Amino acid sequence: MSQEFPIIGKIPLAEWIDTGLDWLTDRFALVTRAISRFVGEGVDLAVGLLTYPPPWVVILALAALAWLLAGRRVAIGSAAGLALLWNLQLWGATMETLTLVLFATTVAVAIGLPIGILGGLSGRAHRVMTPMLDFMQTMPAFVYLIPAVPFFGLGPVSAMFATVIFSMPPAIRLTTLGIRQVPAELVEAADAFGATRSQKLFKVQLPLAVPTIMAGINQTIMLALSMVVIAAMIGAGGLGGEVWRAIQRLQSGNGFEAGIAIVILAMILDRITQKIGQRRQT
Amino acid sequence: MRRIKVRNLTKIFGEYPDQGLKMLRKGLSGEEIHERTGMTVGLDDVSFDVDEGEILVIMGLSGSGKSTLIRCVNRLIESTAGIVEVDGEDILQFSAEKLFELRRRKFGMVFQNFALLPNRTILDNVGFGLEIRGVAEEVRVAEARKALELVGLKGWEEAYPRQLSGGMQQRVGLARALAVDPDILLMDEAFSALDPLIRRDMQDELLDLQSRMHKTILFVTHDLDEALKLGDRIVLMKSGAVVQIGTPEEILSHPASRYVQRFVEDVDKSQVLTAGSVMGKIRAVAFETDGPRTALHKMREESFYSVFVTSRDFRVKGVVWADDCDAAIKRGDKNLAYILDTDFHKVREDAPLAELIARLAGSRIPLAVVDEKEKLLGTVVKSNVLSALAETQQGDVLPEHPGHGGEESTDGAGAADGAEATDTGGKRQKG
Ligand SMILES: Nc1ncnc2c1ncn2[C@@H]1O[C@H](COP(=O)(O)OP(=O)(O)O)[C@@H](O)[C@H]1O
Ligand SMILES: [Mg+2]
Repeated sequence: MSQEFPIIGKIPLAEWIDTGLDWLTDRFALVTRAISRFVGEGVDLAVGLLTYPPPWVVILALAALAWLLAGRRVAIGSAAGLALLWNLQLWGATMETLTLVLFATTVAVAIGLPIGILGGLSGRAHRVMTPMLDFMQTMPAFVYLIPAVPFFGLGPVSAMFATVIFSMPPAIRLTTLGIRQVPAELVEAADAFGATRSQKLFKVQLPLAVPTIMAGINQTIMLALSMVVIAAMIGAGGLGGEVWRAIQRLQSGNGFEAGIAIVILAMILDRITQKIGQRRQT
Repeated sequence: MRRIKVRNLTKIFGEYPDQGLKMLRKGLSGEEIHERTGMTVGLDDVSFDVDEGEILVIMGLSGSGKSTLIRCVNRLIESTAGIVEVDGEDILQFSAEKLFELRRRKFGMVFQNFALLPNRTILDNVGFGLEIRGVAEEVRVAEARKALELVGLKGWEEAYPRQLSGGMQQRVGLARALAVDPDILLMDEAFSALDPLIRRDMQDELLDLQSRMHKTILFVTHDLDEALKLGDRIVLMKSGAVVQIGTPEEILSHPASRYVQRFVEDVDKSQVLTAGSVMGKIRAVAFETDGPRTALHKMREESFYSVFVTSRDFRVKGVVWADDCDAAIKRGDKNLAYILDTDFHKVREDAPLAELIARLAGSRIPLAVVDEKEKLLGTVVKSNVLSALAETQQGDVLPEHPGHGGEESTDGAGAADGAEATDTGGKRQKG
């Protein structure tokens, strides 16, 4: 297995990366820890808000929101799914996971959208970004967890950090795609009527890119959910935490219960975001 | 008044346009430049003016540079060299800000594939230009409604583009351009994507709108029939260069080159040649104050058998015939009043050939071509029509740069004379 590479031996890539990360940690740990505390409190607060009222209140509220965004069928399905999770006594964990996913997605989209727009408008930016995005997306998700800890400490904020990085690429990619897909003649028409760059962006390019951008956000949410589960390994808690505990105790039943809960949550989030995209399209 | 002035406009697509420009100025053809450098000469030294209120058609085969040209006029494409002036201002020097302003204030554009925003209602599409201008919503909606009504689409405000047929979509495109009340309309193959019947309707409608609104219109097409129908003047292009500029009639009756001629051969001449272009010039008239002797003398001078009688300021009154003059002289008439034949047809200069033929068929007297004050401009006999048709239809006998063919071919027919030597026989029995 471990054969020596002739003459020069192994390139100390791991050492270089460690040195680099140590350097970054030394410089920025104070800042990142502060951020961590701040975000951590935000997450706690949100989870607190979602778990303080009786679950049926929250279920009704979420179903109403789903109705508003995605119609009646999705609303009924969501209510039923959430009720099942409550019944399985996974309510707290579900709310924790939901919060993490929504926080991470919000941050990923807030960062990803402008970057994606840049890539859509500038061919050069697009060329620079593509390999970076490939890198971010193909790197195994676990790897992001390791450096997150020295920056943000064990817990949900590290999980969120890794989640943001892991889930951001589709938001960027599909925003870029959506803007580049806008037919050139429509952009030309806007030009012909004297539209400035920002008028073109906000009146033509972004509105026409919305369905594609929504598809990107949908993917981001799905990736965020999968990452939040994995991040249980560094103490993210939630449904991932339930799975993790079941693995350590070899409790298949409990593991599957938590797994099913994750699937249900995924389906709810998926249907709602998909419907938003489709609605905007018609 | 001149609205747009284009001089020596040249556009080279490619990485090193300046190098291409040098090659072009050295006399290399667009093809050679493309072969050597891979760059494309989109426009090659194009010059023309567009006057206030005219429809100027830019015509040429696909790839001849029409779209490039029309886009250089509002700088959707930046030219490599040359001058573009709009209302006396050199727009190539405009800053980005001024350019936005120019496009918002002066231009409306209509596109081949409509270019409507699929996510907006018809009303919001039509209001787009006004929205870009920052016009308040109530005003915008009101103007957009007006424009929609103008193109006959009232009631479709809340529909989406995909719910409309192609013809209707292009009406929306036209309404969008008209809604900003532009001085200048740029139309790039605006009707080319429509099927022939709809297309003809749209052409008629454009002409109708134009007769009311008097915009200055730059209209691109690859279809000669469309060009002839719409154009006050036509700019004919080939490989980025202008081949000929002229009125539809000039282009048809005097095609400047084989290239133009090849286009022209497809067209039904009788639809386009007019009285003005086929008429013979006036070589003699009798005045109403003349006596029969004077009239006869004038006829003999030109070997005519009849002559038009006009007032001193050349308003047509009628025709007199040589035989009648003889009789009048014998009777001792002092003027032409008794022998004045008023049974003749007057036509205007722009009367189409089809009308001339119909009129001539029922009459042996030449047609008098008159202006709006009834002044005699020329005359038309059958031989004028026939020779004009023969000339323009048999492309082969046409010289590369013909002289003023109309005059030459009608020389024999004389002017105020229906009685050219060749058809004397029938003409003699008057009755
Ligand atoms: N952006 C471009 N890059 C390179 N070549 C172009 C570009 N736009 C047009 N051309 C070339 O310039 C020529 C004229 O094109 P165009 O103006 O579109 O012709 P038309 O509208 O008469 O069909 C064509 O040979 C075309 O291939
Ligand atoms: Mg074109």
